[in-house]
Amino acid sequence: MSAASHADEPRLPLRAAIPGEAPGTPRYPRRILVLGATSGIAEACCRLWAARGESLHLVARHPEKLAAMAADLSVRGASVTTTVADLDDTAGHAELLAHAVDALNGLDIAVLALGVLGDAPAAEVDFAAAAAMLHTNFLAPVSLLTWLAGYCAPRHAGTLAVLSSVAGDRGRKSNYVYGSSKAGLTAYTDGLRNRIDREGVRVLTIKPGPVRTAMTERMPGNAKFADPEAVAATLVKALDRGHGQGPDVIYVPGIWRIVMAVVRLIPESIFKKMNL
Amino acid sequence: MPFLAEQSATPTTPSTSAEAPAAPPFESWGRYPRTTAELRPLHWQVDFPAVLAGDSNAAQHGALPVGLGRSYGDVCLLDGGTLLPTPAMGRLLAFDATTGLLTAEAGITLAQILDFAVPRGWFLPVSPGTKYVTLGGAIANDTHGKNHHVAGTFGCYVPQFELARSDGQRLLCSPTLNSEFYAATIGGMGLTGVITWASLQLRPIVSRLIDYQGIQFHGIDEFLDLTRQSDNVEYTVSWVDVTSTGKNFIRGIFMQGDHSPAPAPLTLSSKPKLTLPFEFPGFALNAATVSAFNTLFFHKQIRPRVTAVQDYEPFFYPLDALLHWNRMYGKRGLLQFQYAIPWEHAREGTIAVLQAVAKSGLASFLAVLKVFGDVPSPGMMSFPQPGVTLALDFPIKPEKSFALFDRLAAMTLEFGGRLYPAKDARMTAAQFQAFYPQWRSFARYKDPALNSSFWQRVTEGAAA
Repeated sequence: MSAASHADEPRLPLRAAIPGEAPGTPRYPRRILVLGATSGIAEACCRLWAARGESLHLVARHPEKLAAMAADLSVRGASVTTTVADLDDTAGHAELLAHAVDALNGLDIAVLALGVLGDAPAAEVDFAAAAAMLHTNFLAPVSLLTWLAGYCAPRHAGTLAVLSSVAGDRGRKSNYVYGSSKAGLTAYTDGLRNRIDREGVRVLTIKPGPVRTAMTERMPGNAKFADPEAVAATLVKALDRGHGQGPDVIYVPGIWRIVMAVVRLIPESIFKKMNL
Repeated sequence: MPFLAEQSATPTTPSTSAEAPAAPPFESWGRYPRTTAELRPLHWQVDFPAVLAGDSNAAQHGALPVGLGRSYGDVCLLDGGTLLPTPAMGRLLAFDATTGLLTAEAGITLAQILDFAVPRGWFLPVSPGTKYVTLGGAIANDTHGKNHHVAGTFGCYVPQFELARSDGQRLLCSPTLNSEFYAATIGGMGLTGVITWASLQLRPIVSRLIDYQGIQFHGIDEFLDLTRQSDNVEYTVSWVDVTSTGKNFIRGIFMQGDHSPAPAPLTLSSKPKLTLPFEFPGFALNAATVSAFNTLFFHKQIRPRVTAVQDYEPFFYPLDALLHWNRMYGKRGLLQFQYAIPWEHAREGTIAVLQAVAKSGLASFLAVLKVFGDVPSPGMMSFPQPGVTLALDFPIKPEKSFALFDRLAAMTLEFGGRLYPAKDARMTAAQFQAFYPQWRSFARYKDPALNSSFWQRVTEGAAA
């Protein structure tokens, strides 16, 4: 159950073909890298994975939070290693990811859960605030995905699960800087999938609606938001599918696929006058 | 499109992110009194006292850590203040599978602890009547269970915890370290600081099952006899029909049980599926319907003595199967009343109180009678004391139920008993200070940044 059990396996190729096994069928315990691990959705996913004894490597900025989370997941049955890092520091990504893949002895799934909701009114008038949000939500994930795609594609294995948002499906006045950062991320993952899915690497774009986590705590009406546990259950289930077997883009809860399809259909001449 | 619609309410002019959120209501289980408060949930141990920085509301009106709001009255409320809900801070930190010592963050619920512990062969050392309370809440109210007569209170099984104070201190508390804060915090109603994590000594089980016996009794003396005969039974509790008078006065069912010693599969509990979706109208629970319920309940058990094997869920948490059952009491909510009267006056006190209740014509749906044992609690303000405890709940009908409450509280004082803060919304400052004469020493350990509606009420007119 521990990371050490992978130690004696060959590093390349990641999965030896087992006779009769469908290509891309997941193996357990899997080696899962979680970037931005202390986010509410990521933590809820990790609890589900821990109960199955998966191997986790967690990356987050705050050492005390990371330690509490690692303790919890270990007690629940995961084998856990951690790295304290500020993922805004893109210069450190290559070293960080190489170390993480080393600690896991390979990589089956990488989850990108880094992101900030930011201060929408401030980002409207202050370019520095907008740029900081775009950096954390878009540029930093792009840097991470560049390295991860370069690691996975030649091995013809791995799943890259990226948390985007329904907010990226259409910009609206209440949070368009956040929305545009997620729109960029969605477009990037679509293109990346188009490039490396054929190499055997699965790219999964996750678009949650509003979720009741620390990030949305100060938003009005958050009592009606989705539970992070419910979102995590959907995500974990989607990640149980191997390459070529599961969906590429998921909306959670699923109703948001329909809601956003409708929102995208509204003509701009009307949309621009709406209060959304 | 609730999300999109909701967003339109956000002002478009630039403002600071500290703008006040629409305060969602935080209710106690009795849904009385109704209060408003700001909510600032704690997600991590490091969030307190950081969360108070820049919170002018908390600076002015105080703050209070709260769990799931399962206290009935106002110990978990702070009108106008800032509540700090802890359930998002619910991580397991350590578990020793050989000793059963579990360490977890204080916002974890007893339901979550059971989900972790039962499949591993461990169980809570003390179970209150619901598993939907947090570890921190169980310590702060020093809850008791059906095994109080042999096991004592919840606090007896908490060998250590960390207390975060608003001045930034973090105190490791145990019977030997910071022992005054340890004693003040167990039963300290959340007023001494925020419990960030705590250790809990679990007890081993080999089965989910409880060997159960239900015995009908007529009158207080049969109840006391049954109690004496069950000294070696781990769990005992009685349900009493408080609507009947005359020859049926204090009739009830004495329920006792032990963990089954025969090994059986330790599976996970299924999640409750039933929720009471709306409030009953105010007239739904009246004297006639409650009296009918009580008669049915008594006769549900046809034979005077029934032996059965039962899962622990219905034995310990029968009401948890119906989420939000408190909505049955309608908009006005319910009041709980629970006393502990010492042995010296336990018999006469219980008779007198139950006579007053029967005469009032106010129907109590759930009446629970139990004997408290003499295992001392480590808590300074702990409620249980050796003798008899009675818990009643009533729908709130302002003139009638408040008058009855005030009478019952006065009677409790006369018989040398005390009331349970976790279930109270009515006792006066004078009564509280007579029930808990140690309150002034306790007040020395109160965190100056924290307060509750309960504490404001019961210390009124006194320099706290």
